[in-house]
Amino acid sequence: MSNDREQQVLDRIDRARRRKARVTDERITLAHGAGGKATHTLIEAVFLDAFDNPLLAPLEDQAVFSVGGARLAFTTDSYVVAPLFFPGGDIGDLAVNGTVNDLAMSGARPVYLSAGFILEEGFPVADLTRVVTSMAAAARAAGVQIVTGDTKVVQRGHGDGCYINTAGVGVLDRPVTLGASRARPGDVVLVSGPIGDHGVTIMLARGELDLESDITSATAPLAGLVSALLDAAPGDGVRCLRDATRGGVATILNEVARAADVAVVIDEASVPVRAEVRGASEILGLDPLYLACEGRLVAVVAPDVVDAALAALRGHPLGAGAAVIGQVKADPPTLVLLKTEFGGTRIVDLLIGDPLPRIC
Amino acid sequence: MRFVDEFRDAEKATALAAQIAALCSPGRQYKFMEVCGGHTHTIYKHGLEDYLPEAITLVHGPGCPVCVIPMGRVDDAIHLAEQPDVIMTSFGDMLRVPGGRGSFLDSKARGADIRMVYSPLDALKIARQNPDKHVVFMAIGFETTAPSTAMTVLRAAADGVENFSIFCNHVTIIPAIKAILDSPDLRLDAFIGPGHVSTVIGCRPYEFIASGYGKPVVVAGFEPLDILQSIYMIMRQLASARCEIEDQYTRVVPWDGNPKALRVISEVMELRPYFEWRGLGFISHSALRMRQEYARFDAERLFQLPGVRVADPKACQCGEVLKGVLKPWECKVFGTACTPETPIGTCMVSSEGACAAYYNFGRFSRERVREATRT
Repeated sequence: MSNDREQQVLDRIDRARRRKARVTDERITLAHGAGGKATHTLIEAVFLDAFDNPLLAPLEDQAVFSVGGARLAFTTDSYVVAPLFFPGGDIGDLAVNGTVNDLAMSGARPVYLSAGFILEEGFPVADLTRVVTSMAAAARAAGVQIVTGDTKVVQRGHGDGCYINTAGVGVLDRPVTLGASRARPGDVVLVSGPIGDHGVTIMLARGELDLESDITSATAPLAGLVSALLDAAPGDGVRCLRDATRGGVATILNEVARAADVAVVIDEASVPVRAEVRGASEILGLDPLYLACEGRLVAVVAPDVVDAALAALRGHPLGAGAAVIGQVKADPPTLVLLKTEFGGTRIVDLLIGDPLPRIC
Repeated sequence: MRFVDEFRDAEKATALAAQIAALCSPGRQYKFMEVCGGHTHTIYKHGLEDYLPEAITLVHGPGCPVCVIPMGRVDDAIHLAEQPDVIMTSFGDMLRVPGGRGSFLDSKARGADIRMVYSPLDALKIARQNPDKHVVFMAIGFETTAPSTAMTVLRAAADGVENFSIFCNHVTIIPAIKAILDSPDLRLDAFIGPGHVSTVIGCRPYEFIASGYGKPVVVAGFEPLDILQSIYMIMRQLASARCEIEDQYTRVVPWDGNPKALRVISEVMELRPYFEWRGLGFISHSALRMRQEYARFDAERLFQLPGVRVADPKACQCGEVLKGVLKPWECKVFGTACTPETPIGTCMVSSEGACAAYYNFGRFSRERVREATRT
């Protein structure tokens, strides 16, 4: 009896969640930039509404289209990380790798990038040189060229030293079409390595926590890893690839569950997380599944190519820590469920805003 | 990871669950309240209810410090934050709590300087770094966090820091538990006692619950096995018709608490005659304010505050949820008008709040999920 009533309430909530998103806030808050529910609402209610077109509508990390017989991927991303320099990388290689990876996740070979700089009055030229040198090195490593750019300077106090926007173009040499909506029940979810390294590195590098660790950001270009994966699992065996940046693995899986109207069931014990990242998360009351990653991808693949896909990832230096972490199921649709290490079950929902540490 | 993994062992949990089930009297229903929001969080985060027999229901109590702050106090805090040359500092999960005119996050978007800190000492550091500003720390929490607030005030006093004050919203746990015990619609068999609060106050203050109200209390730790074991200890008491205060969390909670921490609190703070709790109304002697001797660190004395009482929204049933009378999903607005993105009541704001925990972690049909997670 009580179960029936509870189910009615759950169904009502499900209907409410499927309704078109509406922005109720009067002003932009930091939550709108955190990659969780507020970001999704803003994108769907403001941007998608105004720009509506079939290339944008799937809300993938890049648009794929044909020009003169060639299939191209096109993407853009802005980088506002603080601090600018952190263990394992800086805003420069992040700005190159992030855009390279957004292209790579469509199966494209990244080719050209643009770079737009918004610099704050007073920003040291030495720091800018350091950032740009690191961008050049990252571009070389990723096999792309930065072929156009722009520079603006804003008054002191109107920016945080240096913001970078990069856009990128890639070529799809393979006849693949990847996308979150292609996931179907029975598919398997993989990650290419331990999650949360970048998120914890940045939090510790801000120096607010008085915690020390050897953890470094894993920022890296993933086009080579993707290429190895697609070679090992040709055809439509690979359904969808995402780099698990802002919002972490949990956010990506929620996007998959919604886009494909499926359930994603994750096995917590099999999710690779470094001991240092787990430790910092425990102390701060954060969930590693929501921590930003760099240099990590989430792949949804068909059941018959799992072994080949896993072997291909593990055979690549950037995928050595790859693991199967879960499965796609038909029911309950649009939900991501976690089988906890403890042996229980819970939902892994989109975050509302930034992951906020708990007080006690 | 040491000191964590051994408290999350699924095999031990399975064995303990079997012992708990064996202690259930046929046909009897059991309702236990976990007082502390930290426990609520653990229960949902690890899916602990999957181990409990149908006969045992966990009821989520009022021990989420963010959830019990009334709207008027949030408005006062925002008023403080929006004074010229003020920097407001606060714990992270306070940022989203809605008052009558939005939350700290909204106020920040309007231009107020509001910063998240991890400890009141960080707020004091900000005060030292910004001598031309006045830094207010929004102090919330039970006896768990009150000692660190008090220590910070003593430090500020010793170092002669003058641009720092506390907006004191510390509350005390015992009057809240008493209010629940005195509530006419109470149907609880026992309490899982708050672990962190008890590290400060000890176990003795709970004795009246067993002697006066006939309800067992087991003070529990925050790992899932801690909670499961405390449920087992309660079941053992009930099965043998005992009614006592027991300490499951002996590795952290001394029976007599932490006298030093208690001394520091009473050096700096004193009981208010009464304080409003969100959903529970006014409870006498249930909160702390700064003593006269430390008036120069008391934001309530330094600034003119509106102090307007804002009634909880009519549709909001947080009070019933906090008292354990309603389950989160039984509230009229749960999940539709009131969601974690657009919380009407505070139970939906903090991840420790009963409604947010249920919405974020537990909003699914057990049967369908059992099907989905079968391998």
